[in-house]
Amino acid sequence: MLDDFLNQFLPSTVGGLVIGSIYALIALGYTMVYGVLRLINFAHSEIFMIGTFASLVTLLAIAPTGPISGIALVGVLVLLLVVSAAASGASAVVLEAVAYRPLRKRGATRLAALISAIGASLFLQELFGLFVIDWLIDKPGRNQASAPRFVARDTLFEIGNAQVRLDQVIVIIAAVVVMVALDRVVNKTRIGRGIRATAQDPEAAVLMGVSIDNIVRVTFLLGGAMAGVAGALYIMEVENTRYLIGFVLGIKAFTAAVLGGIGNLRGALMGGVVLGLIENWGAIFLGSQWKDVIAFIVLVVVLMFRPTGILGESLQKARA
Amino acid sequence: MKGDGVTSEETPARRGGLRALGHGIDRLRDWWEHTKVWQRYAVYIALVVGALILPAPAIGTFMSPDTDWTSVLIYPIGTYILLAVGLNVVVGQAGLLDLGFVAFFAIGGYSVAYYGTNHGWNYWATVVFGILLAAVSGVILGAPTLRLRGDYLAIVTLGFGEIVRITAENTDEIGGARGIAGIPHPPPLFGTKFGINPAPYYYLIVAAIVLVIVFSVRLQRSRVGRAWAAIREDEDAAELMGVPTFKFKLLAFAIGAMIGGLAGGIYAGKANFIEPTTFPFILSATILAAVVLGGSGNLPGVILGAFLIGWLPERFRGFEEARILIFGGVLVLMMALRPEGLLPSRRRKAELHEGTGGMGTMGAEVPGPDTDVATTEAAK
Repeated sequence: MLDDFLNQFLPSTVGGLVIGSIYALIALGYTMVYGVLRLINFAHSEIFMIGTFASLVTLLAIAPTGPISGIALVGVLVLLLVVSAAASGASAVVLEAVAYRPLRKRGATRLAALISAIGASLFLQELFGLFVIDWLIDKPGRNQASAPRFVARDTLFEIGNAQVRLDQVIVIIAAVVVMVALDRVVNKTRIGRGIRATAQDPEAAVLMGVSIDNIVRVTFLLGGAMAGVAGALYIMEVENTRYLIGFVLGIKAFTAAVLGGIGNLRGALMGGVVLGLIENWGAIFLGSQWKDVIAFIVLVVVLMFRPTGILGESLQKARA
Repeated sequence: MKGDGVTSEETPARRGGLRALGHGIDRLRDWWEHTKVWQRYAVYIALVVGALILPAPAIGTFMSPDTDWTSVLIYPIGTYILLAVGLNVVVGQAGLLDLGFVAFFAIGGYSVAYYGTNHGWNYWATVVFGILLAAVSGVILGAPTLRLRGDYLAIVTLGFGEIVRITAENTDEIGGARGIAGIPHPPPLFGTKFGINPAPYYYLIVAAIVLVIVFSVRLQRSRVGRAWAAIREDEDAAELMGVPTFKFKLLAFAIGAMIGGLAGGIYAGKANFIEPTTFPFILSATILAAVVLGGSGNLPGVILGAFLIGWLPERFRGFEEARILIFGGVLVLMMALRPEGLLPSRRRKAELHEGTGGMGTMGAEVPGPDTDVATTEAAK
C-alpha cells in the first residue's frame, strides 16, 4: 500500500494539478457570483458545459488530422479559448437576465433564486441534450461526443517518475495566466472596484454611483468566460464531453470554491488545486471510483474546523 | 437601471391577476380561521374521502392518459408528497437548507431492500429499522455540520446525498451498481394482499401521508415548532433568548430524515427493485422545488406543490423527453412570477418581504420604487 502510494505519488500530483486547475477556473465563476449576489449559481455548471461544446464545435470545424505544433498549435489554442470564453460568457449574461434579474427586481428570497437556478440548470441541460447538440454536431445528442486530438501526448520532461506531458503543461499555464488576468481586473480596474464595492455593501455602492445592474452583468460575463476557458482546456485534456458533463464538475468546482472560502478569488484557485490533489492522492489508496466521496469528505472536514474555508477572507473584505 | 422605474414584469395586468389570486387565498384563510370544529372535521373528512376515490378510472383518464393513474399516484405523486412534508420540517419550519434529502429516502429504501432480501426480516420491521437508521444518519450528518449556515449547509448536505449514492454504487454487499431486486412485498394487512395490484399501496401511502401531516402539524404548534420558527427567523436572537438552537436544529434534521426514510421504505416495498440511480441529486432538487413552489412552511401549499411537480410531467408524457426541459422552464417562470410560492404561509410571507428574515434576500438586491410598493401591499 505504502509502496503503491510512493510510486504513484508524483504522477498523481501532476494529474491532480491539471484537473485542479480546471476546477479552479470553474470555481471562480461560483465565487464571483456568490460574492456579489449571495447566490449559488447552480446553472454555472451548464455554462461550463456550453464552453466545452463551443470548443468541440470549433475544433471539429478546424478538423485537425493529427497533433499539431508550433505557431499553428498556439493559434488553435487561442481560437478555442476565445470562442469558448465568448460563448460561455454570453450564455452567463443571458442566464442572469432571464433567470435571476426578474427575481432580484422583486426582492425575492435567495431560496427562490436557488430554485430558479436549479430550474435553469435543468432547462439548459435538456435543451442541449435534446436539440442543440444534434443541431451542432451530427451525432445523437445524449451520447458522449469525442474531440479530435490536436496536442501530442509526448512526454515533455520528467520529475522523478512522473512524466509531464505537453497538454498538461498547457492547461496549467493557461489557467494561471487567465487567473492572474482576472485578479488584475478585479483588483486594479474601475469595474473591478465596482464589483468589490457591490460585494461589500450593495446599497452604499448604489449611493456612490455604482450601477448594480451593470456590475452584476459584468460579474456573470467574467465568471462565464472563466468557465469557457475551463471548457476549452477540458476538451483539450479529456477529449470528450456530454450534455450532463456539468453536474459532477460543477459540484466539484463549487466544493473547491467553498474550500478556499467562497467569495475569495485566490481562495477558489487554492481550493481547486487542493481538491484536485487530495482527490488524486486519495484515489491511490481507495480506487478512483471513490474520488467524489473523498472530495465531499474533505469538504465536510475542512468546514468543521474552518467554517469560512481555508482562506477565510472574502471578496467583500479584500482591501478596496 | 431602467429610467422609468417600472420593469416589464410589473405590468398592471399581470400583477392584477396574481393579486386577485392572493386575495382569494387570503379570504379562504380568513374563513378557515373562523370555522367551527365540526366544519373543520367536515373538510378533513371530505379531503380524505377525496383521496380515497382519487384512483377512480374516470379521474385517471383525464389526469394521466398515458400511464396507469394509480401507479402515478403512488410514485411520483404520493412519494413526493411524503418527501415534501418531511423536507418541509427541515426547510420550511426550521429554515435549514438541505440539498441532500434524497439520502434519507435512499437509506429507508435500502434498509427495506437489504434486510428484507438478505436477512428475511418482516417488512414492517425493516421499515421501522429504516426510519431509525435514517434518523441516526440525520444526526450523524447534522452533528458536525449544523454549525454551518445557509449555503454552506446546502453544499454539505448535497455532498452527503452524493456520498450515500456513490457508496451504494460501490458497495457490492448491497448490490453495487446492479441494485437489489426481488424485494418482498409487505405482508397482508387487514385482509388486503400487497401484490402486483397498485391499489393497496396507494391506500398505504395515503395513510402514511395523513399520519405524517398530523404529526407535522402537532409539531409545528408545539414548543418545538415555535423554537424552529425562532431559529428560522433569527438564529442569533433565538440563541440569546435561551433557545438551544443546535439541539432543535438536530431534531429537525432527524425528524425530516425519519419521514424521508419512511417514504423510502414504502417505495421499496412497492417497487420491488432499487438501484443507486433511483436516488440522484435531481430528486433532492425536485423535492426542494416542490416545497418552495407550493409555499415553504405552509403544509397545504407544500402538498399542492408536490402534487403538481409529481403530476405535471406525467400528464404531459405526450411531450416525452421534453418534459424535464419544460419542468426546468416552469420552475424559472414560477419563481419570477410568485417567488413566495403558490400558497405562501402568511407568517412567512411577511418575514420574506422584510428581506432580512428567513433565507434573506439576494445580496445585490436594492429595492426600487416599484418593489417598495409591492412590499407594503403584500405585508398588509
